[in-house]
Amino acid sequence: MITKEPVITVKNMVKKFGNFVANDNLNFEVYKGEIFGFLGANGAGKTTAIRILCGLSTPTSGQMTVAGFDVFRQTEKIKQNIGYMSQKFSLYEDLTVYENIRFYGGVYGMKVADRKAKTAEMLDRLELTAYENRKIGDLPLGWKQKLAFSIAILHSPKIVFLDEPTGGVDPITRRQFWNLIYEAVEKGITVFVTTHYMDEAEYCDRVSIMADGKIVALDTPEKLKEQYNAANMDEVFLKIAR
Amino acid sequence: MIEVKNIHKQFGDVVALEKVSLTVEQGELFGLIGPDGAGKTTLMRILMSLLLPDGGSATMNGLDVVVDYKKVRLITGYMPGRFSLYPDLTVEENLKFFATVFGTTIQENYYLIKDIYQQIEPFKTRRAGKLSGGMKQKLALSCALIHKPEILILDEPTTGVDAVSRKEFWEMLKRLKEMGITILVSTPYMDEASLCDRIALIQQGSLMSVATPQVMTKSFPEDLWTVRTRKIYNTSKFLEKLPSIISVNSFGQVLHLVTPKGTYTSDSIHQFLIKNGEVEIAIEPATATIEDVFIFLMNKPKEKS
Repeated sequence: MITKEPVITVKNMVKKFGNFVANDNLNFEVYKGEIFGFLGANGAGKTTAIRILCGLSTPTSGQMTVAGFDVFRQTEKIKQNIGYMSQKFSLYEDLTVYENIRFYGGVYGMKVADRKAKTAEMLDRLELTAYENRKIGDLPLGWKQKLAFSIAILHSPKIVFLDEPTGGVDPITRRQFWNLIYEAVEKGITVFVTTHYMDEAEYCDRVSIMADGKIVALDTPEKLKEQYNAANMDEVFLKIAR
Repeated sequence: MIEVKNIHKQFGDVVALEKVSLTVEQGELFGLIGPDGAGKTTLMRILMSLLLPDGGSATMNGLDVVVDYKKVRLITGYMPGRFSLYPDLTVEENLKFFATVFGTTIQENYYLIKDIYQQIEPFKTRRAGKLSGGMKQKLALSCALIHKPEILILDEPTTGVDAVSRKEFWEMLKRLKEMGITILVSTPYMDEASLCDRIALIQQGSLMSVATPQVMTKSFPEDLWTVRTRKIYNTSKFLEKLPSIISVNSFGQVLHLVTPKGTYTSDSIHQFLIKNGEVEIAIEPATATIEDVFIFLMNKPKEKS
């Protein structure tokens, strides 16, 4: 359920690399329980912003909180309260399914009993119980991505950041992946997601679009389509980002 | 012209390509469409003579990719999936390097790359490793073209590239095709299929279908409907219980419902949804997209077993 209670607040966020302004005064809030789509062309500044919000990079200026914690002073607290997965990095290929889960459970300080119960439930949901001892490298990409997402939310984070989670995945798995996202939202997890698939932008509660370091549009997909007189989000994106 | 006959390739127990056969005509823009791990890269690497097939044969403009591999390399341009130019060389140095290796000069074939290269020429003294994703892609295409190849093989050139740059890239391919170059391009983006002359849908090492995009979508064998409601996620769960349903999938803001030919009308589906308590429902018969065809063919073997 979406509330108006913000779990991410971003005020006047600026990030400069030398003379280059990667994030030029960003302002937005992400509400508890929503699916927030974070779109933009390559080089628009998305990754920079995500790294700051995950506590991995210090902004140049601004007032930002994630899950109630300050991005300047409480980055370790932020990391404990979020989950993260991307297309490029998700799981350790040389470890088995079980070993990956145990590793991440350990990193997030989960109690053993809690981890075991959640692991059983998760593997059952993904129909992967029989593959517990398989190396990740031997699994098809679609399975890996679904597993990586499930592990990213195993410690019940307040927010999960997904950076192009469905790139290169087949069309059926891509939809199964979104069903997992909806299930996570039903458990009260807020989802912050980037994608190059414009049909997926339609699945978000609200969508922001970045261009040249600035947020140039932010609203529900319906309102954006209305505002830009577009039939779908693909048209909205092309009108804004071109 | 590319001719592939019964190509087979295995890595240990994993069958990467299972008796793949296809023909790409002279001057055709041919798309290999499929998800990661389907076998697209393996097939391209075999065609580029970078990998030996375990069985079958392939020719590029009549040259066998195993026997005549040296000649094959001279007449082909290749853009691998991973950026594989020299990051420490500048834009211009990379281009010059590839021209020299093939015994030509930038000037000689400049007309071929002019449109593309002009866009990155202002940055010609920048090291390739420092370029943005879109610029790297343009440089890689320029380097693949500089020796004036007869055949161009592009492995997922638009993966991870935003929607705007993707559109621009396909416009460039169209112009190259008009110059008579035969192009084989792979992509995981189903919406790019309609930009090709013909496409092959590939999944788990096998070709599921080869045709023009138009034929492929028009010959969809079942009934397809678009369904719009207020909460499509809930509607989709309810539709799964529709008797004899083949599939229901979300496509952005609408659902695509597939039912056996002649079984339902929009009225009868409407009635079914009203029982679910849906109020605002819009159902229309629709033409399949490539993604619908792909999903349909992917599900097919499961039905048999």
